[in-house]
Amino acid sequence: MAMRDTASILPLSVEGLGYAVAGKTLLEDITFTLPRGGLTAVLGANGSGKSLLLRLCHGLITPTRGSLHWALEEGRRAGRQRHAMVFQRPIMLRRSARANLDHPLAALGLDRAARQARIAEALERFGLENLAEQPARLLSGGEQQRLALARAWTLTPEVIFLDEPCSQLDPGATRQIEAMLSEFDRDGMTLMMATHDLAQARRLARNVLFLNGGRLIEEASAETFFNKPRTDEARAFLTGNLLW
Amino acid sequence: MEFGAAISAALGLMMSLDPGFLGIVSLAVRVTLSAVLLAAVIGLPLGAMIALARFPGRTFVIILINALMGLPPVVAGLGLFLLLSRTGPLGPLGWLFTPAAMIAAQTVLVLPIVVALTRQVVEDLWLEYREHLTSMGLTGFRAIPTLLWDGRFSLATALLAGFGRASAEVGAVLIVGGNIAGYTRTMTTAIALETSKGDLPLALGLGMVLLVLTLAINAVAYGASRIGARFAG
Repeated sequence: MAMRDTASILPLSVEGLGYAVAGKTLLEDITFTLPRGGLTAVLGANGSGKSLLLRLCHGLITPTRGSLHWALEEGRRAGRQRHAMVFQRPIMLRRSARANLDHPLAALGLDRAARQARIAEALERFGLENLAEQPARLLSGGEQQRLALARAWTLTPEVIFLDEPCSQLDPGATRQIEAMLSEFDRDGMTLMMATHDLAQARRLARNVLFLNGGRLIEEASAETFFNKPRTDEARAFLTGNLLW
Repeated sequence: MEFGAAISAALGLMMSLDPGFLGIVSLAVRVTLSAVLLAAVIGLPLGAMIALARFPGRTFVIILINALMGLPPVVAGLGLFLLLSRTGPLGPLGWLFTPAAMIAAQTVLVLPIVVALTRQVVEDLWLEYREHLTSMGLTGFRAIPTLLWDGRFSLATALLAGFGRASAEVGAVLIVGGNIAGYTRTMTTAIALETSKGDLPLALGLGMVLLVLTLAINAVAYGASRIGARFAG
């Protein structure tokens, strides 16, 4: 499926972003720019705010401070087809795999023929043809995550936010998902993925955002981050010393 | 009459397909199914809306609806009787002592069950689906069709509970229907009347039909939901 030719919603400029709940600050003063293309890995220990940052960028949560500016107004809210999200635990509707793919397309108002064509393409591309009529919730974790990726892909989004998509998968399933993400990258999609798997980030990332304690500690190219980290926190994280 | 003889006479009555007997069964089924259908049409979207909406007094509304699940039928019947009586606000409708009044009474009894159970099912599903549906822009009431469809097997159980309540009910339909032979006499009201008159075969026959009917509807719904769940997950 070809990428859309319309004007890009990227870059996404995040300025002074913060989120607090019940008097507790979970993210503070996050400023960065998400460029067009490539995979940006959001790294950090558990509780550093990676998943929250993705949800704020995707529009699932409203920030309590700061702002997000997409290049186009269309990017401002989730559900505009321009950016999608894949969750750590795939959320599967109580329907077949095929119906799970059909649901967001129907919600967008696509006609039946267009939906069927896109679903057939997705089933083939993600190796789900034999599972199309199976109840989605009874698929294995890896199959569900592939289906979740396929579901996001059918929307032809420009950006996909991925919240630790491989954290619950075995190495084989992880390899499959990584291969798909590499294909997305080659197709020109922009990916922003939270992970605490350093090896995975080395394999896939073009850029890195490193968070610690709800703050953005380092924003760099993957090469710079892994080879010449600027901060003590990043060096400690890379050497396996957990930060609290 | 002996118990065995009464059973034998009841079976004979059922086998003979007596028009009076069949009329009672037919009316009871029509009234109950109409009430459940009406309660579903009103209660499913209403329960879903209460599940998703946030408004002042929501907790009170939920407690009230839960409490109404236990509304005594005679109280519901009395309230409706006052509304439908000639001097009541709904008197001009002329529904009192008609099947329409009986359907209204049973709807009043079934509706809280459908609303309360729907709210619970939809709220639980929303917790599970919220991020995915919000990601797709399906927030608020736009999420309702998805949530109702995915909760369909649990909601079928809610409707069955409503059917059980309506089919077993006697007090409300007796008050607003009047138990008029051949017009508003249902299985439950006939059983109560015939038992008091000592006509046990008719009461027993109707009781057996009521039991078999309830069992059959539950069995069909259970089978359908098991098959559906196997295909939907």
